[in-house]
Amino acid sequence: MAGPATFEHAMSGYSDPGFDTLALHAGAAPDPATGARAVPIHLSTSFVFENSEHAASLFNMERSGHVYSRISNPTNAVLEERVAALEGGSGAIAVASGQAALHLAVATLAGAGSHIVASSALYGGSHNLLHYTLKRFGIDTTFVKPSDIDGWRAAIRTNTRLLFGETLGNPGLDVLDIPAVSAIAHDAGLPLLVDGTFTTPWLMKPFDHGADLIFHSATKFLSGHGTVIGGVLVDSGRFDWDWSGRFPELSEPYAGFHGMVFSEESSVGGFLLRARREGLRDFGACMSPHTAWLILQGIETLPLRMARHVDNTRKVVAFLAAHPMVDSVGYPELDGHPSQALARKLLPRGCGSVFSFNLKGTRKQGQALIESLKIFSHLANVGDCRSLVIHPASTTHFRMDDAALAQAGITAGTIRLSIGLEDADDLIDDLKRALKTAERAQ
Amino acid sequence: MKLLVNGREAYAYAGGKPFDPTLPCVVFIHGAMHDHSGWTLLARWCAHHGFGVLAVNQPGHGRSAGPPLPSVEALADWTLALMSAAGVQQATLVGHSMGTLIALEAAARAPERVARLVLLGTAYPMKVSDALLSTAREAPLRAIDMVNALSISTSASKPSYPGPGMWVHGSNRALMRNQQSLSGEWNLFEHDFRVCDAYAGGAAAMAKVTCPTTLITGKRDQMTPPKATTELAAALKARVIWVPAGHLMPAEAPDAVLAGLRGALGV
Repeated sequence: MAGPATFEHAMSGYSDPGFDTLALHAGAAPDPATGARAVPIHLSTSFVFENSEHAASLFNMERSGHVYSRISNPTNAVLEERVAALEGGSGAIAVASGQAALHLAVATLAGAGSHIVASSALYGGSHNLLHYTLKRFGIDTTFVKPSDIDGWRAAIRTNTRLLFGETLGNPGLDVLDIPAVSAIAHDAGLPLLVDGTFTTPWLMKPFDHGADLIFHSATKFLSGHGTVIGGVLVDSGRFDWDWSGRFPELSEPYAGFHGMVFSEESSVGGFLLRARREGLRDFGACMSPHTAWLILQGIETLPLRMARHVDNTRKVVAFLAAHPMVDSVGYPELDGHPSQALARKLLPRGCGSVFSFNLKGTRKQGQALIESLKIFSHLANVGDCRSLVIHPASTTHFRMDDAALAQAGITAGTIRLSIGLEDADDLIDDLKRALKTAERAQ
Repeated sequence: MKLLVNGREAYAYAGGKPFDPTLPCVVFIHGAMHDHSGWTLLARWCAHHGFGVLAVNQPGHGRSAGPPLPSVEALADWTLALMSAAGVQQATLVGHSMGTLIALEAAARAPERVARLVLLGTAYPMKVSDALLSTAREAPLRAIDMVNALSISTSASKPSYPGPGMWVHGSNRALMRNQQSLSGEWNLFEHDFRVCDAYAGGAAAMAKVTCPTTLITGKRDQMTPPKATTELAAALKARVIWVPAGHLMPAEAPDAVLAGLRGALGV
């Protein structure tokens, strides 16, 4: 038979769409029922079964589909696919907050008697969860300085289930050496979970460097507008849970869901299947479809916004670094930052728009600075399109004692900025005026 | 479930139920660089609707021991041997892509053991471009990306596979990358695509097929285009079912493929 060409069409030009295209299109198509081009908001708790057989097949995972919006929802699914696409992952789960995403990851892989090795340079909320709350549930954490590569290795125990750090540590912006830490994790048969909130996949794709799981506080740059709270947990699909031998939750039958062996059911989605079928089902920290829609609106402009965030940040950083009232600026692109070399390697597009600087002077002067800023808003958030300012020692990290603060690189004079999308000249003028006020406030 | 086939350990997914060899059997045969996990929805449906299911991992793929077998003919013999090891005399063979060639060849070699053929995304000959083969040899990860982009016809596969929230492009790429890295000394990508490219027995095999045959074809398939299906359908006297998908149709359009499979199985 003279057959037609088949795989002959495979030429070198074929590849998946680029980042900006995926940010607009991944996971979404015109609605087949209405023709709506934008993603519809499916504000429905539940979805009608065609008949009893269809219902049973959905519950038994013989078919894919939506049953109840705590477990999955069509609008949320678009967000999940889109973030997975941007990260280069196999799939994702949208949850109520970044904290919920971290908890879902931990609860899927660890239980009483388990142990986590985590970076000491974490967001205060993550530190609270690991250091205080999970301990009450029998999960211990050893904190290591993110740059202490030998420390990561030494902290691993037989009951360790997870290594965890932030792409850019909070608040000192220590760049996590993901290639090195992931190699240590993999040598021990463990996955590396990374909080990618500060960088977003536009600045860094942690899976490309060896991470296995990523979560985002989508509240921040992914949403970008300071309107909603949300989180997304993404799986690379590359970690071999069976080979590891440390995760019976994934490699042995789960009585709570048809005796399913999740790693057998999906060679690349076992983690997400268990996280959705257990953690999302039972802990219930689901995301509202309206929230998912707003985060999708943000992601559509993520590439444009992140470029502007970084551009503005570099200008503000340069201004502050040269100001006589400023003792130091913690931005990894600057000479003297301990992560400068790693930043060049892992973050060539920039190190985000959240950074801290240390003011020369007293705590009172620091308060005067914050209170006299006009454009910067004094609040506890980052990653907004508007510029933000906060004093970590009295807010986000106030539960830490002095020793823990010092280990995290925070002093009483540390001020954290989140640079927004305003005109950079206006931001610099605002800071200039506020620094002058602070100078007079001694 | 694990089986011993020709002295080597082999794995077949049984659809979430203990395998019962007394039930009518459906054998699912995956395509190049894949494993059983591309079939799990269909396999679970069959296993919970009166069928015994064997979704195999070919040698050197997924959970089956290597090395990979060198030809479609060898893989067809291995499939028949696996059926014997599972206590199955006759089965419906459901193949995808490279798996369709294996199913076809098995049906020709042992017509009495194949009750039906269901071929998803098939063509004969299944020639592979020189560009892809050379990329497979020199840069297999790049070749994976090429095939991934060609295999999936949309950036919004609904309701997604195997469940909501999965990004089909990403999960298929991860699966192929995992297969490639697990295969160790073998360049599994190049191996599988050379097996497709080299198969020359299709015309003779089609002449020997006696069982009912169904072709399930993606309307937007760029890997095994619809024109190929039309010619095969005539040669096999097959029924053709069109689904709104590309080459990776079990993941892109799982409900439509299930409907097609149910039609082929008569249930």
